[in-house]
Amino acid sequence: MTDNHTPVVELDGVGKSYGNIRALDQVSLAVHENQVTCILGDNGAGKSTLIKIVSGLHGYDEGSYRVDGVPVRFTSPRDALDRGIATVYQDLAVVPLMPVWRNFFLGSEITTGTWPLRRLDVGTMRATTDTELKKMGIDLPDVEQPIGTLSGGQRQCVAIARAIHFGARVLILDEPTAALGVKQSGVVLKYIAAARDAGLAVIFITHNPHHAFLVGDHFTVLQHGRIELDAARADLTLDDLTHHMAGGAELDTLRHELDRAGGPGPQPQLSGT
Amino acid sequence: MTQVHPAPAPPTPRREHTQVSRKSWSKRFFGRPEVGSLMGAVAIFVMFYAIADPFRTPGAQSTVLYASSTIGIVTVGVCLLMIGGEFDLSAGVGVTTSALAASMFAFQLSLNVWVGVVFALLVSLGIGLFNGFVLTRTKLPSFLVTLATFLMLQGLNLAMTKLVTGNVATNSISDMDGFDSAKAIFASSVQIGSVSVKITVFWWLLFVAVATWVLLRTKVGNWIFAVGGKADSARAVGVPVNRTKIGLFMTVGFTAWFAGMHKLFAFNTVQSGEGVGQELIFIAAAVVGGCLLTGGYGSAIGAAIGAFIFGMTGQGIVFANWNPDWYMFFVGITLLVATLLNLWVRNRAARR
Ligand SMILES: Nc1ncnc2c1ncn2[C@@H]1O[C@H](COP(=O)(O)OP(=O)(O)OP(=O)(O)O)[C@@H](O)[C@H]1O
Ligand SMILES: [Mg+2]
Repeated sequence: MTDNHTPVVELDGVGKSYGNIRALDQVSLAVHENQVTCILGDNGAGKSTLIKIVSGLHGYDEGSYRVDGVPVRFTSPRDALDRGIATVYQDLAVVPLMPVWRNFFLGSEITTGTWPLRRLDVGTMRATTDTELKKMGIDLPDVEQPIGTLSGGQRQCVAIARAIHFGARVLILDEPTAALGVKQSGVVLKYIAAARDAGLAVIFITHNPHHAFLVGDHFTVLQHGRIELDAARADLTLDDLTHHMAGGAELDTLRHELDRAGGPGPQPQLSGT
Repeated sequence: MTQVHPAPAPPTPRREHTQVSRKSWSKRFFGRPEVGSLMGAVAIFVMFYAIADPFRTPGAQSTVLYASSTIGIVTVGVCLLMIGGEFDLSAGVGVTTSALAASMFAFQLSLNVWVGVVFALLVSLGIGLFNGFVLTRTKLPSFLVTLATFLMLQGLNLAMTKLVTGNVATNSISDMDGFDSAKAIFASSVQIGSVSVKITVFWWLLFVAVATWVLLRTKVGNWIFAVGGKADSARAVGVPVNRTKIGLFMTVGFTAWFAGMHKLFAFNTVQSGEGVGQELIFIAAAVVGGCLLTGGYGSAIGAAIGAFIFGMTGQGIVFANWNPDWYMFFVGITLLVATLLNLWVRNRAARR
């Protein structure tokens, strides 16, 4: 279907090291509009590093990065934002002490008047924040409250609503459901689906294959900085995905070894004596 | 309080709305950063008013305001910087550096003093630029960077003054071209009824008003809170973190320049060893006024009240005929009590 279009975001053989740590090695990725691309992997697999490169927060050591088929080299997140690539980070989503509406518009404030009396259009920003959040089913009594007082799920939704409001074409979500309960995860997943239906390209990073399989169109599993699996939804079952998540080939070898050690005994030494 | 799915509309939305806004009015008042310092200022004012007869005269109040303004002007810059998450230990000696630079530059080259004033402004902004640049480049903590600047300036002030004038103080510039007009701007008095009020009081109030407006009503203000609250988040949504921080250090430089010019034109000469220790008074005033040491929270009005508390304490001690040696002791107590008061008020506000 959309696979023969030019991908919005395309990485080719990208590698990245932090000193001695090889965080990414020969990673390629093609992200299309109207699709949810899921990136899965264990802790430290390199998921966050990968999306930090896509969002312009980090540079990369080798490979190439294209947006709409045009090679790019981002030096700051602003460059990515200007091309419609917005990110909701796992670890740095909001400024907790600031009011909800200030967080919503941070970095993209609406102003009125001419310099030197150029000032924030507080009324418009408050009202817009309120309506945008209501659209997401979050009804706050006061958008003036510090965003740190919201629940984790509400904070994620504010960040997602912000990205959508500012016209993102590519929406990157780093483990948005990690800290959430079942109900709040459901809300976030619905938003991911809604964003996809609105035509956005969504990159959804998660640990949870069940969440990924509910909304995903394409799946990339990372392991130790390398691609372990890269498959479309049609070529995959949830079991396959869980299997690859759990280590894939490594798991097979491990099972093989355990089988050879003989019996279901938990400790191989015991069966040896 | 909050719902994930929209609840059915309340039957009487009007009343509901006023209820919410009334509740949040008191919450908002007690959630303001300056509440603790306001309570402290009132208490100290009442105390001196009760025990010191001379404190009650309008003339004494004018003196208190003047003393507060000399602390308060630099505190405006220091407070903005602290909200932006950084310290400046070089602000105290920076005031002296600026005054020395203006005085010696104009005197040695026999220029109009305004040339010296502009030169000093460039020097002060340059010091801020240096602090900000080193900080953002090296990612060292500002405590360390500005401590180094503080020590360097302290040495430079003494050494350069000796080198240029052969003395520990600068020559008087009171008979030079432009002195009178500069004095009118930086160190004159305004007669209001029977009281004469120093012009620095008005400058101070103006700077506080501008800083408050910038903080709460402009883009840059939003960025200042954000870089102090969580710099990484701010950067990730496209806030120019480094530029904001450098700008804040230069703002401190500007306020130090202004205070330096006041010093120069009020006393005609500058002692090169002055200003050491003043940086901590500025920081203390900002903290008393509700600025968090960790950044991201505070207000320029609070910092002004903090400066007022210290100005009032310094003069109150004199009016009450106490030994002025006790001043620093009271500054210390005030700092501790005010910080605890701020903490208490904030916790109560959060619980409401
Ligand atoms: N700033 C950094 N400096 C040094 N090493 C880093 C840095 N960030 C990540 N790493 C290392 O790079 C590797 C990949 O980290 P990354 O954060 O991308 O993993 P992740 O897949 O997002 O993990 P998680 O599921 O825990 O979020 C890890 O070994 C990690 O220790
Ligand atoms: Mg991660």
